[in-house]
Amino acid sequence: MKNSKLATTLLLLGAAYCLLPVVWVLIASSKSAGELFSTFTLAPGTHLLDNLGDLSGYRDGLYWRWMANTALYAGVGAAVSTLLSAMSGYALAKFDFPGKGLVFNVILAGVLVPGVILAIPQYLLLSGIGLTNTYWAVLLPSFISPYGIYLARIFAAAAVPSEILEASRIDGAGDWRTFARVVLPMMRTGLVTVFLFQFVAIWNNFMLPYIMLGDDKLYPLTVGLNGLLNQGASQPSMYTVVVTGALVSIVPLIALFLTLQRYWQVDLAAGGVKA
Amino acid sequence: MKKTLAPLLASLTAAALFTTTACSGSDDKADSAGGGEKVALTYWSWAPNMDKVVEGWNSTHPDIHVTVNKQDGGDPAVTKLLTAIKAGSGAPDVMQAEYQKIPTLISADALADISSQAGSLKDKFPAAAWNSVTLGGDALYGVPQDSGPLMFFYRSDVFEKNGLQAPKTWDDYAAAAEKIHKTNPKQYLGTFSAADAGLFVGLAQQAGASWWGVQGDSWTVDVNDAATQKVAGYWGGLVEKGVIDNKPMYTPEWNAALNDGSQVGWVSAVWAPGVLEGSAKETKGKWKAASMPQWDAASPATGNWGGSATSVTSQSKHPKEAAEFIAWLNSDPAALKLLAGTANVYPAANDATSVLTTPPAFFAGQSDFYTIAAEAGKQARPFTYGPNVNVAYSAFNDAFGKAAESKKASAFTESLATIQKATVDDMKNSGFTVAG
Repeated sequence: MKNSKLATTLLLLGAAYCLLPVVWVLIASSKSAGELFSTFTLAPGTHLLDNLGDLSGYRDGLYWRWMANTALYAGVGAAVSTLLSAMSGYALAKFDFPGKGLVFNVILAGVLVPGVILAIPQYLLLSGIGLTNTYWAVLLPSFISPYGIYLARIFAAAAVPSEILEASRIDGAGDWRTFARVVLPMMRTGLVTVFLFQFVAIWNNFMLPYIMLGDDKLYPLTVGLNGLLNQGASQPSMYTVVVTGALVSIVPLIALFLTLQRYWQVDLAAGGVKA
Repeated sequence: MKKTLAPLLASLTAAALFTTTACSGSDDKADSAGGGEKVALTYWSWAPNMDKVVEGWNSTHPDIHVTVNKQDGGDPAVTKLLTAIKAGSGAPDVMQAEYQKIPTLISADALADISSQAGSLKDKFPAAAWNSVTLGGDALYGVPQDSGPLMFFYRSDVFEKNGLQAPKTWDDYAAAAEKIHKTNPKQYLGTFSAADAGLFVGLAQQAGASWWGVQGDSWTVDVNDAATQKVAGYWGGLVEKGVIDNKPMYTPEWNAALNDGSQVGWVSAVWAPGVLEGSAKETKGKWKAASMPQWDAASPATGNWGGSATSVTSQSKHPKEAAEFIAWLNSDPAALKLLAGTANVYPAANDATSVLTTPPAFFAGQSDFYTIAAEAGKQARPFTYGPNVNVAYSAFNDAFGKAAESKKASAFTESLATIQKATVDDMKNSGFTVAG
């Protein structure tokens, strides 16, 4: 307890470091195009509603379509990815089969490969079956997350006692029933973590959709907003619209974190006890 | 809430329906078998409101339906196209291609030759624009859409206060820059932007340079010629004296400088009003457009910054219909009107002058805006682009970035040798024959 003052100061500094850019976006999105780069950085303007109107009005509300696309990519992608991770993680943690070590090592190696590197090969593969420039082009590669599988394996090993599986088998439940009724509920807190990780990763992903998509009606927010800044030399960049768009695009993420926060806390505590 | 849900549902439905499109596709064919085949084309473009221009085609041509996919401007769309070409699928039928990217696209086999469909359009375009889509040969790799003749834009109120006239020559420009900066040390008549190779190439073009050339079966590269040396030395001199700024354009700082009146002039192209309207809103009505300052006032010349053609890609399954569409888009009077009025581009076709009668909104007070532009369009000197413009441009960014930072005229002129070497080395590495 002696160090509490120092610790508090450090935490406050860390919080300021993380929150200052958000504050900047918040303030900047309240300024008109003329004020944006000429008035004092932290002096708020009065044009937030105008900017939101401009944002909504851009090409008949295309921004909201991007928002819906992003929600689709991140929501469906993270949900399927979480389910697949749960299945693979559970199988790797609780079953013995030939080649198990090899499979796990390959998945571990996958954790080390950044997604950006895979974007071009994935493009070539999906192009081979004619799926580029469709929703599937972004969804399919998002379904597999090596890191999610790795985490799920750890959660399954820690949270699902083998005795319970045995009991379930003795009671006559098949593997699928055991997985759905016994294993999934026990892994729930860990899977929320996997879901959140993958959701945020897809929400913020830029390279994959940027390469895969040619039709801007399929764009997620990241690619769409980037395009607003790259209108070509003969067009003005739409800074105010982009800044406002960036602000609105983080609102769903904040909402998601606040609602799922309690699962995180439970989860962290659970990990401590099991270890 | 309604607004956010509707597209979400639409997206979900679209995704769900995706798996069934294969079946519905065959249905379409059966339906239209009686009335001739219906052709659907996709068109990548980054010009604003291009979808509204294309509506003019779709409503009058029921058998050829064109869908516009709006792209990010310039380089990103080209990169995406080249990736799709290498992958073997995923490219659109029709593509907006900047003039300087056409040799790159041709050497990647990305563009179709449409000379048999659209070759007769030759007389409708200025010779320089036509040369950019033929590279001087018999094949035709697109139809010119817009052009960007260089012009000079200045704050008439500041010029008046300083007792200055629009500069006729580059000597006048230098004198005006010095006077304006001396009177008010915060004001600059311009900036040397090391991030905009396109503008520098336009200035070199005005002075008579042509960085690439074709000589029989081999390329020539001439970045470090006398004309480009003259241009680099001139701007280096102004930066060394400190009478113009050395910061890049299109940054937030530059926007603010235009808006608050510390940048009071801009050597730019015919499309400048749109940019000024976005970044210098509060100075509306104070700007004037003029012809470019000249090296030799007796034989006026200018260069280009920007401008693009519309091309048919080599992956298109309907090159004939696609060629028919781009011929209409870039030469039909009704289409030219839409291009100029709705998509905000300056059409390359000779007929453009007849549809451009009222000046752009930001220059509402200057009725002769498009007369000056048309004059400039005719004075563009010929310039040949090579197959590795991107390499030369990034070498430019690196070398001139350092030169502008150092504020030494000698660093400007020495940079050209670096660009020349980088460009030639890259071409030789890629297997091109380079003469000299």
